[in-house]
Amino acid sequence: MPADLLPATQYDPAHRGGTLRLAADGPGGTIDPAINYQSEFAQLFTVTYDGLTTFRKARGRASDEAIADLAEALPEPLDGGLTYVFHLRRGIRFSDGREVRVADVVASMRRLFIVHSPTSGSFFGSIVGADACLRDSSHCTLPGVIGDEAAGTITFHLTHPDADFFDKLAFPHASILPADTPLHDLGNDAPPTTGPYRFVSYNPNSQLVMERNPFFHVWNAEAQPDGYADRIVYTFGVPDEAQVTAVENGQYDWGFDNIPLDRLGELGDRFTAQTHIEGLYAIYYITMNTRLAPFDNVLVRRAINYAVNRHAISILYGGTAISQPLCDMTPPGIAGHVGTCPYTKGADLDHPAPAWAAPDMERAKQLVEQSGTRGQHITLIISNRAAEQAMGAYLQSMLTELGYKTSLKAITNDIQFNYIQNTNNRVQIALTDWYADYAKPSDFIYDLFSCTSFHPGSDASINITGLCDPGIEALMDRAGVVSVTDRARGAQLWADAGRAIQALAPTAPLIQIDRVNVVSKRLGNFFTTDLYHLLFSQVWVR
Amino acid sequence: MMPLDATILSPSRLALRRLRRDPSALAAIAVLALVTLACLAAGLYARHVAHTDPFTSDVAAAITLHGQLTDIMQPNDNPLHLGLTPIGPTWSVQYLLGSDPQGRDVAARLLYGGRNSLLISASASLLCIAMAAVVGILAGYFGGFVDAALSRMMDIMWAIPVYLFAISLSIVTVAQDLHLGPITIASDNLILPIVIIAIVYVPYAARPIRGRVLSLRHAEFVTVARSLGVREARILLRDILPNVAPTLIVLAPLVMALAMLAESALSFLSIGVQAPAASWGTIINDGQGLIYTRPMVAIAPGLAIVVTVLALNVLGDSLRDALDAREGDR
Repeated sequence: MPADLLPATQYDPAHRGGTLRLAADGPGGTIDPAINYQSEFAQLFTVTYDGLTTFRKARGRASDEAIADLAEALPEPLDGGLTYVFHLRRGIRFSDGREVRVADVVASMRRLFIVHSPTSGSFFGSIVGADACLRDSSHCTLPGVIGDEAAGTITFHLTHPDADFFDKLAFPHASILPADTPLHDLGNDAPPTTGPYRFVSYNPNSQLVMERNPFFHVWNAEAQPDGYADRIVYTFGVPDEAQVTAVENGQYDWGFDNIPLDRLGELGDRFTAQTHIEGLYAIYYITMNTRLAPFDNVLVRRAINYAVNRHAISILYGGTAISQPLCDMTPPGIAGHVGTCPYTKGADLDHPAPAWAAPDMERAKQLVEQSGTRGQHITLIISNRAAEQAMGAYLQSMLTELGYKTSLKAITNDIQFNYIQNTNNRVQIALTDWYADYAKPSDFIYDLFSCTSFHPGSDASINITGLCDPGIEALMDRAGVVSVTDRARGAQLWADAGRAIQALAPTAPLIQIDRVNVVSKRLGNFFTTDLYHLLFSQVWVR
Repeated sequence: MMPLDATILSPSRLALRRLRRDPSALAAIAVLALVTLACLAAGLYARHVAHTDPFTSDVAAAITLHGQLTDIMQPNDNPLHLGLTPIGPTWSVQYLLGSDPQGRDVAARLLYGGRNSLLISASASLLCIAMAAVVGILAGYFGGFVDAALSRMMDIMWAIPVYLFAISLSIVTVAQDLHLGPITIASDNLILPIVIIAIVYVPYAARPIRGRVLSLRHAEFVTVARSLGVREARILLRDILPNVAPTLIVLAPLVMALAMLAESALSFLSIGVQAPAASWGTIINDGQGLIYTRPMVAIAPGLAIVVTVLALNVLGDSLRDALDAREGDR
């Protein structure tokens, strides 16, 4: 690590102060941390809210680990992994001055079911009583979460062991909010925070302003370190091209959106010192609706997997320096990565290749012919960001070559991810990305393909494919249980689940991506974590 | 005194003769013919010369250039190895003008795009002139309430900025297919930009036509026809329309020039011709992000628009001069 980069545990007060200026094309949606599922705002929540656990605020792989945050320590599992007893840390206050109490924790867990948090089923469905809350949120009591104010403990009872429970609690959806937080989507009104910053104002049409939380104190610098900048101002409505120019010119310190392909060369040439490549657990993939024609036919889905030129997608993202072809939904670096490629030239499901080599258009066309779907109309939904538009144009060309009448529909990035989840929109096929919520296979396999993640008619239905296969479901459940006691064996089972999903091909994994960050000249202590990217509290501007 | 031959030739022959003697008109016609022929030969060029499919994305391909295998998308030579740039003009048969961001041959797309640009602008121009003729003739001939109603409608349309009006109509139709009773028009159907552009320029063309008809309706031959009991429809078709025809002919290339600019603007904004089809406007849009590294992608269609629009305007001026009865034979 260069000498001028400080870990979160070594705070340098000499750099304290100033305003961090951020820019994005659009806002990240609701500011309710229990509901928002956009990485744009997850970055903000990680410096404003805290859960019982959090991911370590450190650079690189160390940041993948869940550690205690508002809890005093990570509890040992009891009853064979069915019970966890957390001790709430004392003396922590919300930004309105009230102390964080056990009742706040219990209410926050219950609230995430009542407000239909997107991960209420996939992350927290194992809590006793969660199934009833998922069926009827208006009468949710969640008996599996029991608070004891006098003892300062919160006890979680699970229906089955969950090896990733601490990771899930570290996600912003499980942020601890005051017990009297309204039981609906808060929209533009942020609840009081516990982290180093609080929200001052949020106007989705213009900007979001954060200032220091006057009641914040550091209780564990690895969990929630103090911030450097006094204010953080996030301006919306700055297109991706303009973001790059503005950051180069020092008008903003960082831009959220991916760098357009045509600007990468310029950054590599002229702004090398301000440009950082950040490794991610993130992928691009095509999601196909297994309940709508023609993708209700597995032959068509396999044809798409054979036809897609992953190298072309990599080029359109920015080249092999920042992306690699991907054949399964779990990227390298995550346990359970399958690591073989059945859909490439010269390979099949029984004889997968060790890596992706080239598309097999002939095989793909044969499969389309066999399916009898040639000539059908397909609408591909993409977001309106530059990279996705370029990839979408390529995919439209590929689908047309396969014999489909293909329309391309670009939707503003603010709503595309939610739009493609809602079954009412009858989305056949879409291009999307997935950034890890936590660095475990369940986040890529279970969350995206389990029956519990499929909610018809909801904008929060992460299982976009609609796949609900009993065999795969059982395999994933088993992988989750085994991982509690044997991570290695669990990883093998997750890989088995990944292979079973590959066979049904509800998605076409495309590329694993890194992120290119360009920052202003004045921004120092460039600090990224694997899961939340640039950590706004740890960069300084003076 | 008019020259002797001018008194013998019919007005149309006289106009043709004037046109033939106008070097500007001949140059404009030659340019338009050349552009049209080149665009009509787009398929031949793509298949037999460039050996490319200009509608298929080909970013991962390579071509043999000067004996060497060359990637269409070329890695940038910078310390971070970031980004790729499409191949520039090769000045050889393949990728003559370079590649667009999807690895497609710009020269081939330029010719195919020209087809759409010419087809849309010519069709929109004809449709616009036809609609404007109906509106202008009815308003000018009948006057009174008909004139007031049609003229105010034109005033309202004219009060809305042309591009804003066209963009509004386009966004509605591009967002989803248009359903007109049992008929469904796909959002990528070229009929939509043709109709939209035609509609927005109707007021532009209808005004001079109405003005011409206003002067014609009190002409002697019209008064005589009326007094003889000739039906109004027959007067409009046999007496008014032929006398308005020169105005329509003069307006046609001018409206076509405006239509071409409007089509390019709409396509540039992604609400005209839809991908993977091309028009000169969409190609400029494709080249927008490459303006620093591969300017030819945007410059080539831009030049094509400039040259064609200029030729159409020059032709329009020449037609006006040739058809103007007040001018003597030059």
